[in-house]
Amino acid sequence: MIDRRHFLTALGATTAAAALPGCASLGASARKAHVVVVGGGFGGASAAKYLRLWSDGRVRVTLVERNARFISCPMSNLVIGGLQSMAHITHDYAGLRDRHGVRLVHDSVTAIDTVAREVRLAGGERLHYDRLLLSPGIDFMTEAVEGLAGHEDRIPHAWKAGEQTLLLHRQLAAMPEGGVFAIHIPKAPFRCPPGPYERASLVADYCLRHKPRAKVLVLDANADIQSKKGLFLAAWKARYPNMIEYRPNNQLLSVDAATRTARLEFEDVKADVLNVIPPQRAGRVADLIGSHLANGRWVPVNWLTTEVADMPNVHVIGDAALPAPRMPKSGHMANQQAKVAAAAILQMLADQPPNPAPMVMNTCYSFVGSDSAMHVASVHRFDAAENTFLPVEGAGGLSAVASPAEAAAAQAWARNIWADTLG
Amino acid sequence: MLKRIWILSLAGMWAAAAPAHAQGMADTTARSLAATCANCHGTNGHSAGGTESLAGVPRDTLLRKLEAFRSGEKPATIMHQIARGYTPEQLAQIATYFAAQRPSARN
Repeated sequence: MIDRRHFLTALGATTAAAALPGCASLGASARKAHVVVVGGGFGGASAAKYLRLWSDGRVRVTLVERNARFISCPMSNLVIGGLQSMAHITHDYAGLRDRHGVRLVHDSVTAIDTVAREVRLAGGERLHYDRLLLSPGIDFMTEAVEGLAGHEDRIPHAWKAGEQTLLLHRQLAAMPEGGVFAIHIPKAPFRCPPGPYERASLVADYCLRHKPRAKVLVLDANADIQSKKGLFLAAWKARYPNMIEYRPNNQLLSVDAATRTARLEFEDVKADVLNVIPPQRAGRVADLIGSHLANGRWVPVNWLTTEVADMPNVHVIGDAALPAPRMPKSGHMANQQAKVAAAAILQMLADQPPNPAPMVMNTCYSFVGSDSAMHVASVHRFDAAENTFLPVEGAGGLSAVASPAEAAAAQAWARNIWADTLG
Repeated sequence: MLKRIWILSLAGMWAAAAPAHAQGMADTTARSLAATCANCHGTNGHSAGGTESLAGVPRDTLLRKLEAFRSGEKPATIMHQIARGYTPEQLAQIATYFAAQRPSARN
């Protein structure tokens, strides 16, 4: 009850504060609502920014992120293929702090008390929140592949951009001519459905230039290519005949790090570079709220507000959330969900109903070579009867063909989404 | 001078307070719709480069374009697929929102 009155004090006079831009802090300084955002990827960083932007600074936002800098997974396959630098995909959080007034805390979360509404950090700080938004991304289920744990240096995943990205690039560069580069893809759902196939393309692109007798083996636990299938197959046939070999229904059982051997259900593959993308689940920070996980892996949310079921004041977005139908786990989608969350949080803090008809859309570009890319797009509307987002029928779709024009569009997409998320 | 600003601000506050509820909801809905464009066209339509800035584009100009993408009359690599995901009313809200934004310097 006291809290509600505080919210009304802080937010109820929205229009009054809007009319007094220079004096907004006067009325609200007594107590501003506080939103704690955990995870500074595409979802969390966008949410932090838009919460500040859309509240005209009337809501305090603390972003907890353990890494000092933002390293983009989208475009990181270009780094692996030797076509871009790490600097290109590395960005800092200064814009969120300096331009938007987000408080940045580079620390790890050790505990969350959803009753006392408190987040505890490894450094000892305790953050009290009015609403909590978790955007923890993915964690790997490394234990699902025997022999993999502790051998990330020998068998990189490079599925979270950073040191692993460079490591995989270096292993590719050091691979002997005529060598075998094997990628293993886990069963869906996983982060960035077209990503593994883009990676195979860009590794082949690199090999064509530097090691033309190399082999790129795509070992897929799934029955088929998970995204842009026809476009990838056409590009592989045209650009890398006899270099990329695709083997579906190939579940990985164990690995031997010493010999870089993958033991699959039906064969053993010894590779010169072995890139295992492990099965994935919600980032483990999500475990701290004690929510039920769908299939033991993803946090179910109410998509109208992104609130976690039966967990008042706690929201989850991004790859960690159990997606609505045909909603991909992508940075673009996390950024879009962040805006749904930010709008809903501000409405709820002001005791107003959330937007009853939110929309999200996804655009995902994939490179098939250094000079050519293609897209898949979709638009999703909130359906009140189904109580979830549904793809708008007749909207979205694929490129007709991969092209240089779309490679330029992909670069423009990256510049803009990085700026929209962090700038 | 300060006093005058204060008085004007109070007057503005008074005027804005009454219809705030319904109007506020419509505004935030349009804002949220327009924000779905920001990943490619920049926050509030201020492109970071390589795409069109939508901020400050006259409403009718932008709406005609979006409608042409939606109907397929205007060829595109991707915008025809995206525009079909929105109703004509939503496209009009989006166009109205961007028209009201300060134009981008780099336009």
